[in-house]
Amino acid sequence: MQTKNTRRDFIKLSSLGGLGLVLGINVAGHAEPVKKIAAKVLELEINPFIIIATDGTITLVNSRPDMGQGSTQAVPSILAEELEVDLKSVQLVQSDGKEKYGAQQSGGSSTVRGLWDNLRRTGAAAKQMLIETAAKRWRVSIDQCYAENARVYLKNSDKSFGYGELAEEASNLEIPQNPVLKDPKNYRYLGKYHKRLDVPSRVTGTAVFGIDVEVPGMLYAATVHPPSVQGKIKTIDDSEAIKIRGVRRVVKTTAYYPGGNTEAVAVVADNYWSALKASRLLKIIWDNGDLAENLNSEKYTKDMYLAAEKEGVRYEEDGDFNAFYNASENKLEAIYETPFLSHAAIEPVNATAHVKSDGTVDVWAPIQGPDGALSETAQLLGVAPDKIKIHAMLLGGSFGRKAFMNFMKEAIDLSKQMDAPVKLIWSREEDMSQGPYRPAMLSKMQGVIGRGNSLAALSHQAIGESIQGQHWGALMPYQADNWLGGELSKENHKYNFPVHKVTYSRVKTPIPILWWRSVYASNFGWGQECFIDEMAHKAGKDPIEVRRELLKGNNRDLKVLETLELALQRAPKMAEGNARGIAMFRSFETMSAAAVEVANTEDGIKIVKVTSVIDCGQYVNPDHVKAQTEGNIVMGISAAVKGGITFSNGKCDQSNFHDYQFMRMAEMPKVEVHIIDNLEKPGGVGEPGLPPIAPALGNAIFNLTGQRHRKLPLDLSVV
Amino acid sequence: MAKINLTINNQSYKFEAEEDMPLLWAIRDYVGLKGTKYGCGIAQCGACTVHLDGVAVRSCQLPIGTLSKKQKITTIEGIGTPETLSAVQEAWVEEQVPQCGYCQSGQIMSAVAMLAENPNPTDEDIDAYMIGNLCRCGTYDRIRKAIHRAAGQTAEEDLGKR
Ligand code: FES
Ligand code: FES
Repeated sequence: MQTKNTRRDFIKLSSLGGLGLVLGINVAGHAEPVKKIAAKVLELEINPFIIIATDGTITLVNSRPDMGQGSTQAVPSILAEELEVDLKSVQLVQSDGKEKYGAQQSGGSSTVRGLWDNLRRTGAAAKQMLIETAAKRWRVSIDQCYAENARVYLKNSDKSFGYGELAEEASNLEIPQNPVLKDPKNYRYLGKYHKRLDVPSRVTGTAVFGIDVEVPGMLYAATVHPPSVQGKIKTIDDSEAIKIRGVRRVVKTTAYYPGGNTEAVAVVADNYWSALKASRLLKIIWDNGDLAENLNSEKYTKDMYLAAEKEGVRYEEDGDFNAFYNASENKLEAIYETPFLSHAAIEPVNATAHVKSDGTVDVWAPIQGPDGALSETAQLLGVAPDKIKIHAMLLGGSFGRKAFMNFMKEAIDLSKQMDAPVKLIWSREEDMSQGPYRPAMLSKMQGVIGRGNSLAALSHQAIGESIQGQHWGALMPYQADNWLGGELSKENHKYNFPVHKVTYSRVKTPIPILWWRSVYASNFGWGQECFIDEMAHKAGKDPIEVRRELLKGNNRDLKVLETLELALQRAPKMAEGNARGIAMFRSFETMSAAAVEVANTEDGIKIVKVTSVIDCGQYVNPDHVKAQTEGNIVMGISAAVKGGITFSNGKCDQSNFHDYQFMRMAEMPKVEVHIIDNLEKPGGVGEPGLPPIAPALGNAIFNLTGQRHRKLPLDLSVV
Repeated sequence: MAKINLTINNQSYKFEAEEDMPLLWAIRDYVGLKGTKYGCGIAQCGACTVHLDGVAVRSCQLPIGTLSKKQKITTIEGIGTPETLSAVQEAWVEEQVPQCGYCQSGQIMSAVAMLAENPNPTDEDIDAYMIGNLCRCGTYDRIRKAIHRAAGQTAEEDLGKR
């Protein structure tokens, strides 16, 4: 795969002379010639393309930007499998947001599970057309032919055609609506370990991330946003700033927040250092209204605890929980708390834009969804989408953050104001203190232990700000946020409580929030899974045993639990005095379980080892699954034991990696990842490993110390 | 403005710039080598790590006015290319270390400097030396294995895995 061509324009490519087969797929997942489907693509979930040029060059389109999850390998692997081409010999281009590529957002752990079926069909349809063409030329039936490594061969002969030789003629054929898919037994890529082809570029500094974009004649910008988010500018004194050599202008631009826009100030200069340095010399007086009081995480937390005293809005209920709970004697109640978190990708948010005088626009940015970037750019400028070119760059991490594209819109506005290409980079301080953040939430848990010490009833009241509500005002007071309701539903955890209730209490805050790796599952896994252990303890049962009972009849999830149990039994004996806790949580259609082993040391509690099990159904590459799960272990531990984001006096208290920490090398425990192999529908991979980590740790600490901790983050040196 | 003369990857670069500009921005925006990354600007993340006369330093902390052309600066581009990987980079590929890869230039620069000093680091040596390099994607376990591999001592638990 040549990464050099990643940003080549597909449109230009396909208008080259001598073009052969170009395939897309339609709503039903059937392959169609691209030109014919232009009008229909609106409803497409996906619309990937295979382009076979008559010279034999094969180009595959990756429609999902790569933020570290491996889509630049996973997506072409699915296509290449059915098309029968060698991944090493294809070119890969990143989709540019145009409608014909369908949904292009990397997010919701959707890359593989969203593309699996349709990409396989697209690849298989193209292969079938190439085989048909060759069979016609040889005047044989198609079963006399087979495809391998971008060639069609005639069985028992030395005859063959390269795909390029067949492409033009093949493109005139009727597209098979139900192409024969490969038997998984014969997979060459899917489910197999393959090295990622782009790793050499990622270890030599040659991979081009958003922040690395260079456009001739470009200027550099640094923005200062309201330190109290949503504050308004009163006065700007730029007299010191403009003295810095290289500074071109100090301009106002829009500061975008989920709850409403205000203004920011940008310094535009010849080079980034000048812009950054000058931005720190700006003297801006802000009008903060009541923000000093309301931008306050402590106040928000208090409000959440107050809300916990009242009944929430019902999302679902089996039986009459309250009546049952009130009439029961053997019951328990506890409130669990999770903090605000920053995504803190090491590449800060940035974007380069060129709004040209001829009315066309180019945007280069590390964004999760080129389609959303295209429509937001069109809307912002009032320019038709066909005048806009989105170059979706590699992302130096994102975890949800770069799907909120305020930084991109700023760069576009600055380019327009400066009438030049502008590269905007948010300093780490801006990136850290502006959000949006993973919301802080509470889980109020109530449970009843029934006859025979069975776990009879569970209620989970989710409390806190709603992402949908804050961003789109889309939540009525009588509605329970269905994102979090879905995560906590019986349908999702599949625990067989005869009496069960999920409610939601919205507590508003102006602190900007956003989805963060695994979204609400990262909050509520903590309450749900620690509380199941609390109930088990009260019922005098083993945590694994209790979950086995609750999951009775659900063989797939039981297998996950069993695999974890077995892994723990097989592992070397724990050191004397160590303890373990477990937890499991399903998100994005994937069940993941984890066991955390902890030790008591002189410096407090040490995390010795994490064992994770993941059942994501079919997958592309076991090493991607393993790597993502390892990443989730690290991010899950960081979320549990490192300080969160807090706001006091209207400002974020954290500004950089010294006061917003996450795990470093020396804290890294041993990790072990087990993947369940089956032929189930692919589930998510990028996020589901995270939610069980914090509760497994909480349960381990309880087993070690007898202390039940319910508030994150935990300070391991003192718990 | 001052005349700046830097020796980077055995090549000399001359340009005019402010003396207080951190080496990081000079390397990226004046010299045009983009492998060295910005993460924090305050010596907390290690994404900007380069070698100054063989020693790993945070380039975000070095004003270019303090550097002379006699000092040899090495960036990730001076370590190897995709076609001619160095042994450490080779080990990184074998262990499939990077996820997004953004931190990896810095990780590799630290690892190369450590191995030059200490060809057979223990886990504790690695913990101590690599503590300044953050990876948000969480590749620490693989970095450790890759360092051991590069040092010629494949991590024990890795034997027979693949
Ligand atoms: S950018 Fe230099 S240490 Fe983070
Ligand atoms: S690989 Fe993404 S930050 Fe390290």
